[in-house]
Amino acid sequence: MAGKTLYDKLWDSHLVRQRDDGSALIYIDRHLLHEVTSPQAFEGLALAGRSPWRLDANLATVDHNVPTQNQAAGVGAIADPTSRLQVQTLDENCDSFGITQFKMADPRAGIVHVIGPEQGATLPGMTVVCGDSHTATHGAFGALAHGIGTSEVEHVLATQCLVAKKMKNMRITVTGPLGYGVTAKDVILAIIGEIGTAGGTGCAIEFAGEGIESLSMEGRMTVCNMAIEAGARVGLVAVDEKTIEYVKGRPYAPVGDLWSEAEAYWRTLVSDADAVFDHDIVIDGTVIEPQVSWGTNPEMVTGVNGAVPDPALIDDPIKRGTVERALKYMGLSGGQSIQSIRLDRVFIGSCTNSRIEDLREAAKVVDGKRVADSVLQAMVVPGSGLVKAQAEAEGLDQIFLEAGFEWRDPGCSMCLAMNADKLGAGEHCASTSNRNFEGRQGAGGRTHLVSPAMAAAAAVAGHFVDVRDWL
Amino acid sequence: MQQLISVSGVVVPLDRSNVDTDQIIPKQYLKSIKRTGFGVNLFDDWRYLDPGEPGMDHSTRRVNPEFVLNQPQYQGASILLARENFGCGSSREHAPWAILEYGIRVVIAPSYADIFYNNSFKNGLLPLALSASEIDRLFELTASGDAIELTVDLPTQTVSGPEGFVASFEIDPFRKTCLLEGLDEIGLSLKEADAIRAYESRRQQETPWLFQQVK
Repeated sequence: MAGKTLYDKLWDSHLVRQRDDGSALIYIDRHLLHEVTSPQAFEGLALAGRSPWRLDANLATVDHNVPTQNQAAGVGAIADPTSRLQVQTLDENCDSFGITQFKMADPRAGIVHVIGPEQGATLPGMTVVCGDSHTATHGAFGALAHGIGTSEVEHVLATQCLVAKKMKNMRITVTGPLGYGVTAKDVILAIIGEIGTAGGTGCAIEFAGEGIESLSMEGRMTVCNMAIEAGARVGLVAVDEKTIEYVKGRPYAPVGDLWSEAEAYWRTLVSDADAVFDHDIVIDGTVIEPQVSWGTNPEMVTGVNGAVPDPALIDDPIKRGTVERALKYMGLSGGQSIQSIRLDRVFIGSCTNSRIEDLREAAKVVDGKRVADSVLQAMVVPGSGLVKAQAEAEGLDQIFLEAGFEWRDPGCSMCLAMNADKLGAGEHCASTSNRNFEGRQGAGGRTHLVSPAMAAAAAVAGHFVDVRDWL
Repeated sequence: MQQLISVSGVVVPLDRSNVDTDQIIPKQYLKSIKRTGFGVNLFDDWRYLDPGEPGMDHSTRRVNPEFVLNQPQYQGASILLARENFGCGSSREHAPWAILEYGIRVVIAPSYADIFYNNSFKNGLLPLALSASEIDRLFELTASGDAIELTVDLPTQTVSGPEGFVASFEIDPFRKTCLLEGLDEIGLSLKEADAIRAYESRRQQETPWLFQQVK
């Protein structure tokens, strides 16, 4: 009998019941909540007269709607009344049901996918769900983590389980070593460029190989975060020394004998050598260069020394039409070099790239330099209050401020522009976020997905440049 | 959940691939704490020429006459036809809510993003997949610009329409039963409460650190 993949192990250990019709009930260890996808679930729970199955499995924070200025003033700082009501609704629901929540101005608050790992609320071997597709992030810890919809948020609250069907196993091996100055973001963008936005649909992707193992936990989170942009709800990385070291000492991590017991178990969370994957893909990590997206979905990406594709050279009429539509929206011409794209705004933040390592990499690039005059705004939005405090302790805020960046309070911010931070129509943005869909960062806004270091260099140059020349 | 057995109606052809949930329902409408009110903002950025915000009177906005949903022959459509990877992007269940409230009960596409696919079934929206050639055929049938009607029959898992078009589709049995009967999935799962409790007590022995209090 073939060995088990990491995903198989996680699935098997959470199977409550396999039903005859192919569906299964799986147990959820950690449920993370935020204000956008939970209000209707709490309402449904109350209307049905149900109560949460297991309170201590839940942890809530506010992130999507919160302003990134003056958060210390609390909910009152939210100018938009609909946003304010949504945040207040989460506060009230958590208070009335008794769910632990990091409210606005709590230093532990921040983007849900940053605070879970930061608190040790995400642990290896767990099942982790949240009403947010970027829950795939937590798979970096060898946890089975994926996004769910609001009906499922209600289902998890009521039953501590999900009705699920086992996914297929996909392994993406990234060979190494990665080139100098190439980051986790470049790796995942290159992977999506290769396999496409639906390349991982129906699969749990395990990222493996030297190109992944060499990444820090922050980098692995960046990679798993964007598994969903390749169509996979789940991204995974096997547990190793870095995983254990990262978790140790976190507020919700076990201690003493429990730690030893947990650690021994966590070390088994790797795919067996003889495990069989339904899809096995190898990506040559040694040739990946810094990536920049040029289109309106994340597979529309190329290297910084490349060019925007020329639709005239595409034979397939459907593909040609798709590229033409994307270029029209983006205001780019076919064949134009990536480095000729000028930026109006720069956004460093989001659940993909707002952790301390991301901010350090960006700060290193801008240290002693100035944001180009042609750039209207360059902002840095730390992923959590604790990331912000850490960066300030290291003096990174001063580096950014002296370079002409804005230094903001934590939240999802301009990644999806549900708060006041957004692009104007037609503006080009170098963004460390995860989606370059039409209107994602503001109606008519034009998003280019890049790493923090690439965004920082673009802010200084006013257009895209190969950051490797600056390091 | 709304029951779904058979749907006959006009098909609105949206000839695009990778239609993402940010297009289906833009983020500004996600600030609502209700399940309703999203239909008028379905495909908001494509459907209207002026920017939309929650709380507006959308009936006074400038509509984009070129967008299919606004064309007269497709008014009252109950079936949406699209290309591959429909519903990619965020997990927002507001996407199926908006589609349903607009009046669409069935989406037909070659493939779907997983979370959207899953969310649809929880709300009585049927996302059915046909082969790329069947989808091409349906787009051909709509190419004249005249509205065509299709019948989607869930018990027999078939789609039928003009010029002898017949196709069958797959659906997993649990989802089919839930749709046909309009079942409450939470109620069904709670019938297995004993199995959940038994699992929990076993895991408390095996992995006690997973049951520590967060505070």
